[in-house]
Amino acid sequence: MADHPPAVTARRSPAERWDVLLAIAVGGALGSLARYQLSVAFPHARGEFALSTLLCNVVGCLLIGVLMAVITGAPGPHRLLRPFLGVGVLGGFTTFSTYVVDAIDSAATGHPRIAVLYALGTVAASLVSVLLGLAPTRALLERANTGRQAP
Amino acid sequence: MTVLLVALGGALGAVARYLIDRRVQRASDSAFPWGTLTVNVVGSAILGLLAGWALAGGEPEAVRSFLGIGLCGSLTTFSTFGYETVRLVTERARLYAAANVVVTVFAGFGAAAGALVLAAALFG
Repeated sequence: MADHPPAVTARRSPAERWDVLLAIAVGGALGSLARYQLSVAFPHARGEFALSTLLCNVVGCLLIGVLMAVITGAPGPHRLLRPFLGVGVLGGFTTFSTYVVDAIDSAATGHPRIAVLYALGTVAASLVSVLLGLAPTRALLERANTGRQAP
Repeated sequence: MTVLLVALGGALGAVARYLIDRRVQRASDSAFPWGTLTVNVVGSAILGLLAGWALAGGEPEAVRSFLGIGLCGSLTTFSTFGYETVRLVTERARLYAAANVVVTVFAGFGAAAGALVLAAALFG
């Protein structure tokens, strides 16, 4: 970026951003639809354990780990890969607000144990899932890269 | 119809998250993920308002699909929150990582609960 004159950067960046925003919008729509379909497939009564939201968040965290290992470790990832899959699909598939309101609902309807278990369990399971996606993918890619460099 | 509203809200929420995150992150100039924290707290507050409205019996189904499931669901994110926290741990910024979890969870719950009570009072 720094080696471009400012005028060129100013002219180029809006055109570049349009496809990024479109990729994010399409990904966000797809991820949200998948989350909605899961909530229809695994419904829960108000205040009960919100299994579908937990599934979305844990699976989404596992996949963002895989994706970020690929984006930071693979040679030449497509520049729309992160906007589409990371920001769009996985960002739309996982949700923080529904998690919060699910837990509050459990507490408010007389299920404080479910509320605490769900609130803490989601955070713990999601963070572990990021690592479970990230570490093996990164190790695989490193092995593949050293394999390529060896004579 | 529900599917269309969820998709539309989800698309708008994701784009809004990206634009807000970039603006906040650039303004803060910090390794701490202020952008994701902002969208998660704002989205939780809006969903809390909607939940209070629903408790009072007034929230239309279309609003729930578009704003609740679509927009708020997509504006907020667990995957980015999780990845940024793990990245802070691996970059040896463990205090930031712990602070990110504690502040995000407490601010999110606080914002949603406050908004829910406010909405129940307004619409009830």
